[in-house]
Amino acid sequence: MSPVPVWLSDDEFRTLSAACARMIPADETAGAVEAGAPEYIDAMLGAFLVDPPRIWAGGPSSGRFGGIAGFSRFHQLTALDELAWRMRIEGSLGVAEREFNGPVIGWQQIYRDGLARLGSDFSEMSGDEQDARLRAAEEFTALLYEHCCEGMYGAPEYGGNRETVAWRAIDFLGDVQPRGFSDAEVSEP
Amino acid sequence: MTVDAVIVGSGPGGATAADVLTRAGWSVTIIEKGRNHLIDPDNPSRLAQDYSNDEIKFMHRHFLGPDPLIEPRTFRLSEDDGERSYVGAVNSIPSTVGGGGTHADGKVPRFRPEDFRLYSSHGPVDDAAVADWPVDYDELEPYYAEVERLIGVAGTAGANPFAAWRSAPYPMPSGAPMYGAVLSSAAAEQQGLHPYPAPTAANSVPYDGRPACNNCGHCAYFGCPIHAKGDPVAMLQHALSTGRAELLSETFVSRVNTNGREATGVDVIGPDGVERTLGARHVVIAGGAIETPRLLLLSGLEHPLIGRHLMMHFQTINVGIMPQRLHAHRGRSVTHVHDDCMIVDDGARAAARAAGLPWIRGGLVEHGGGGHPVMEAQFYPWGPRHRKLMAESPLRDRLWAFIMQGEDLPQATNRVDLDPAVRDVRGYPVARITFKPHRHELVASAHHGPRHIRVLEDMGATWTATTTSPLVEGAVTNSPFGGAGNNYRGPISAIPASRHVMGTTRMGTDPATSVVDGYGRMHDLPNVVVADSSVFVTSAGYGPTLTLVALAARAAAALAG
Repeated sequence: MSPVPVWLSDDEFRTLSAACARMIPADETAGAVEAGAPEYIDAMLGAFLVDPPRIWAGGPSSGRFGGIAGFSRFHQLTALDELAWRMRIEGSLGVAEREFNGPVIGWQQIYRDGLARLGSDFSEMSGDEQDARLRAAEEFTALLYEHCCEGMYGAPEYGGNRETVAWRAIDFLGDVQPRGFSDAEVSEP
Repeated sequence: MTVDAVIVGSGPGGATAADVLTRAGWSVTIIEKGRNHLIDPDNPSRLAQDYSNDEIKFMHRHFLGPDPLIEPRTFRLSEDDGERSYVGAVNSIPSTVGGGGTHADGKVPRFRPEDFRLYSSHGPVDDAAVADWPVDYDELEPYYAEVERLIGVAGTAGANPFAAWRSAPYPMPSGAPMYGAVLSSAAAEQQGLHPYPAPTAANSVPYDGRPACNNCGHCAYFGCPIHAKGDPVAMLQHALSTGRAELLSETFVSRVNTNGREATGVDVIGPDGVERTLGARHVVIAGGAIETPRLLLLSGLEHPLIGRHLMMHFQTINVGIMPQRLHAHRGRSVTHVHDDCMIVDDGARAAARAAGLPWIRGGLVEHGGGGHPVMEAQFYPWGPRHRKLMAESPLRDRLWAFIMQGEDLPQATNRVDLDPAVRDVRGYPVARITFKPHRHELVASAHHGPRHIRVLEDMGATWTATTTSPLVEGAVTNSPFGGAGNNYRGPISAIPASRHVMGTTRMGTDPATSVVDGYGRMHDLPNVVVADSSVFVTSAGYGPTLTLVALAARAAAALAG
């Protein structure tokens, strides 16, 4: 892995981390920052910096409950899927092939603009001021929270949920193939 | 080269047609626009290892397709909304080898006899095209039995007092009941309801060379990592094993070619982007009730009813938060259901009368638990309470739900047509959905919903709520899951969440009031056969898969002679 952040600047990453800390703060267990949600978001924005891009983890198991560690081998994308995911992440950038329904603003731009709007001094603000700025940037905050939750509770291979810390805190085993659950575990309290 | 049949779509309908036709000695080419993550076409005993218990990939990153950025659809409630009011994901039933079968949790109930003769049994309803089907239950029963064996269905004959007759037992016994369903079934029985183990296309024992389900809990919306699910994998395996079937994935059919009297084949665009023409003596179309009419319209076929009478089940979602943990992340998503709301009894008749309707029917009610943690996290507000809510898990581990898949009456104004401006990545007009439920659905929802709130309270629920999908003005809702009005974001919106799409090339004997005949053959082009839920005349209140597969088997058998 490259040093973090892979796509955002250090300043942007600091703002992102401070925002994630307000969204899912730590209590006695890890919050979004401790779990690595900012790293998840940065890896998503920089998905095409690696080959294969980190869009879809492989199957059929992660190795956490036996079986092969397939999640760590990411799928190669087809030409069309690469187009779709580049549109989503990078935006259409004036490329005709990506603008068959008009321009698309990508997540990279949305994050660049959204983090800038929170302010370069965001990480030094009081919690109340940070919350006020997050609420003022409602649309960006909604997307950020969606991704923050993915980074918190998605599989660790995507860059967040470090060592399944978020799953363990909610007593969720996560991906259980090929172990599965016994009939008794399904039917009994 | 001209094959006996080109089959458009590799989902349950197309796969079944391929199985039946290759068994009869036909050569077929199965064409799928999505990727292949299911089966090695050159060695069909080898199944892919791409599915996994990965919420990111399956629920948040479009792994099974379609990706709404390159294959959007558009939506509007009615023509009053202008050309469209939304562009994006509309009823994204998977676009991948195996189609909708790959993501479903595999509940495969049969319809009952009255579902095929709604007009004769119950009579007309104003502003709805209630009609009988040109096929009845007794005629379809042998095909139901055959496809239950093909897919591999686990169930308990005799457990549902409302079930129709059957000529054979289920091929497998029911799998393990989920803990929450054990509780909800007991409470439902106390309320006079009749829950039973859902007939499920997931192996309870090893079957047809595939293993038994190991209860991993990633069933609905996920592909099965061990192929214990009866997605159409078995039919594709059989068809490909004959050596008479070819499977082309990542290949889009842009047009059905005709010579004015019959179809001569299709135009396709392959993964390399190159267009070519395939010759075929027959064209079987099984793209689902949205993509099938889209293809017919892209081909310039002009029957005025193509795309009309689109139906999507009207969901009434009753949820309760329980004092104890229910661990619904173990097991098959839904193990129990009941049919009571399908029955027109005195209560339903009175509610209909009070609303000025001749009758109402609800739908199958599924007993199910909460979803997965990313989705759960997104439901809670951000801030200091987030971690505490996740740890207590009211909306996942303590949630229990009754979801009624309500019968949606056919209306000519509910339709699929070609969007006048929005295009897919290949430059073709996308499907535009114009859809608004009939008042019948709202009245049935309001009548049958409250009873399930009482069951949830009997189970010990400390909090309950009801909502519907689609969210519509006049429907009961007090849910935390989505906004009100014409909101198009989130799981609950004005766009129906049910993946049960039906209608759009309805079958019948009269070419003036139907697009295809009782065997799915287009009245105008008899060598074009529709083999999916597009042919449904009415929607019943049951998931469409088993019925569409039985109809596809029957249509293919008729085609092969």
